[in-house]
Amino acid sequence: MKKQQTNDVILQTVTKIACFIILLFSFHIFLAGHNNPGGGFIGGLMTASSFVLLLLAYDLKTVQNILPVNFIYVAGTGLLISICTSAGSFLFGAQFLTHSFGYFDLPLLGKTELATAVLFDIGVYLVVVGVTMTIIQTIGERE
Amino acid sequence: MIAAAKLLIAFFILLGALISLAASFGTLRLPDVYSRIHAASKGATLGIISVLLGVFFYFWFLHGMITAKVLLGIVFVFLTSPVGAHLIARAAYNTGVKMEEKSVQDDYEGYKKFMIKKRKNTSL
Repeated sequence: MKKQQTNDVILQTVTKIACFIILLFSFHIFLAGHNNPGGGFIGGLMTASSFVLLLLAYDLKTVQNILPVNFIYVAGTGLLISICTSAGSFLFGAQFLTHSFGYFDLPLLGKTELATAVLFDIGVYLVVVGVTMTIIQTIGERE
Repeated sequence: MIAAAKLLIAFFILLGALISLAASFGTLRLPDVYSRIHAASKGATLGIISVLLGVFFYFWFLHGMITAKVLLGIVFVFLTSPVGAHLIARAAYNTGVKMEEKSVQDDYEGYKKFMIKKRKNTSL
């Protein structure tokens, strides 16, 4: 039986705009996590939710063409980044998970505080995006 | 100056709360799904937008901060809430929810029957 073709022009057009707003806001929340509410977990969830919005508006194959990524590998990469940044403190003779920060003069931003906790947060972000998208895609593929 | 700013803020927030109250009364009292969606989506959108405008003016005038997050929230609610209402109404129509008995005309039903007949003719 052929699947009935539906007319989703309004949903798809608004998705094209709303997806970018959600992605930008999730990056903002991810970077603002040190001094404001936010961080890797909620930023990753919002990025995954923008991908889920794409999945709702288009079908699974279109989204896999747009994002040709195996999300299990994304989660694995995130875990690897987290472990490497935690174990990186061994190089400086400090204990596991020790973090540090410093002030640098960047060309455009001026005096900026750069912390190694951001690198750990990137790992958390990638794990959350990967696990959420893997769960939703495997549930959606099951006919 | 501060008093005028406070008046403006209070006006926007009270207006938004009143519009939201009217929208909730509309969803309670209107007869069928489509008119309820009409009341809920329009009223809630405008109510939330005015409350958020009041919050934006509060932080701008009394604290000197321009919060772009609130402006982004206004744009986002204005963009997505009518689309949500459209999708709910379309899903209700496609699952066969009846309109109220007093309603006069249903043009989409004739269009759907025409399309089904056309599809049958082309497949034969």
